[in-house]
Amino acid sequence: MTDYWIILTGALVASACGFLGCFLILRKMAMLGDAISHAVLPGIVLAFLFSGSRDAVPMLIGAAIFGLLTTIIIQTLRGQGVQSDAAMSVTFTALFSIGIILVSLFTRQVDLDLDCVLYGEIAYVPWDPLKLGGMDLGPRAVWLIGAAFFISLVVITLFYKQFKLCAFDPALAAAIGIPVTFFHYLLMGLVSLTTVASFESVGAILVVAMLIVPAATAYLLTDRLSVMLGLSIGMGTTSSLVGYWIAKLLDASIAGCMSVTAGVLFLLAFLFSPKHGVITRWWIR
Amino acid sequence: MFAPVSIRNLSVAYHRKPVLRDIDYDAPEGELIGIIGPNGAGKSTLIKAILGLLPLASGEVKIYGKPYKEQRHLVGYVPQRESVDWDFPTHALDVVLMGRYGKLGWFRRPKAEDREFALECLQKVGMESFAKRQISQLSGGQQQRVFLARALAQDAQIYLMDEPFVGVDAATEKAIIQILNELKQQKKTVLVVHHDLQTVTEYFDSILLINMCKIAAGPTREVFHADHLQKTYGGRLTVLPETSNMIVTR
Repeated sequence: MTDYWIILTGALVASACGFLGCFLILRKMAMLGDAISHAVLPGIVLAFLFSGSRDAVPMLIGAAIFGLLTTIIIQTLRGQGVQSDAAMSVTFTALFSIGIILVSLFTRQVDLDLDCVLYGEIAYVPWDPLKLGGMDLGPRAVWLIGAAFFISLVVITLFYKQFKLCAFDPALAAAIGIPVTFFHYLLMGLVSLTTVASFESVGAILVVAMLIVPAATAYLLTDRLSVMLGLSIGMGTTSSLVGYWIAKLLDASIAGCMSVTAGVLFLLAFLFSPKHGVITRWWIR
Repeated sequence: MFAPVSIRNLSVAYHRKPVLRDIDYDAPEGELIGIIGPNGAGKSTLIKAILGLLPLASGEVKIYGKPYKEQRHLVGYVPQRESVDWDFPTHALDVVLMGRYGKLGWFRRPKAEDREFALECLQKVGMESFAKRQISQLSGGQQQRVFLARALAQDAQIYLMDEPFVGVDAATEKAIIQILNELKQQKKTVLVVHHDLQTVTEYFDSILLINMCKIAAGPTREVFHADHLQKTYGGRLTVLPETSNMIVTR
């Protein structure tokens, strides 16, 4: 049973991240996921300090606030003429460092160390169940990440045309009255939420990898946005499934194997994609 | 009677550097209007300011007497072709369909009749056979036509076009100018940012010459002459022999 919970958690993280990752890639903001996933650390620590518990809800709120703060700071710096990638790096390294300082200052007050904040371990997911009235409802992580994924799905489905036009042609979007900035922050809010919900239970590397790699793979395989969204979920789920069995075979890090599998799938698409593959194009020529 | 586009004391600045200063202009209704000026004169900025895409340092823009926010549905927009990523995963018809989004409001999705209308617009620009073609596989001229079709799908009264003739083949240029003339016959007002001086007299009924400030505006045959061009382009204009023939001399 634990096998299936771990695979399900991995698949949910991969799907939730990959789905949003499509929009990050199309808006040329792939690194933003990386930035947010680090910059939320002070939010998590402050939430710990204020609530005094490892409860998920205050932590999510704290992290979401810092996720949004990150995007606001980046946007402001860019608006004032700072290079886009420099603005991102400056912001997230600064916030991440503040988070580390907070952890080192307050570890005595709260039972909290860097390991548990930064490197959640997917292997332990099945042993942290959600209990309601004494009933075991399955791992807490599954519920948390599942909820984040569900919220993203609903929001993106509801405002699909707005997100699409904002990604393709923000000038036209603004001209016809779509609040482009609102949708930018809405997307960033979803990214923060998903990142944080996943971060704590499965670790940073898996989140950052799944935000970019499945979406990048899907981008190589299709010319339709809707198909790309579906494919990114498929790629993520496959990575989780295959990655888990490889990890079991090698007795190695599960998150690592899942990420590597996603990377291998990307490489395959890069070489053999029917339209864009390097080898395919060479073969046709 | 209100002008389709009326601009009063408009100034725009980027990072505190003025780009446009004190522009006053009323666009005549039902005409093809060229916005002419050298690179960096603020032509695109003017269009974006009309569309409310940039904060104004001062002044105001009215569309048929009301703020742009209340009149969005009357205005169609063709951005510069290079302003978007043509590797975006979508096809030509889908891009044209985006022109319908403004009419759909927050939650409605494009319906069969929107699709049909979009296809008609593609037909008008002679691109119906490319409807399902991935947009990166279109030539520059074809991409420009898709953009024009998208503006047609907006079904507007006023069209603002940013450099629609840049980097297109001769056939596309002809197709575009034909569409513009059809729009004029339907009493629509079309403002086009343009930089090819040789075609100005042929294409436009009236022009607006700008270089940060307004230099001159009015019917092409009255305004398009060497004095004004020299003022607009400063020392940068070398009047070529073939261009000078077209410029009305006084």
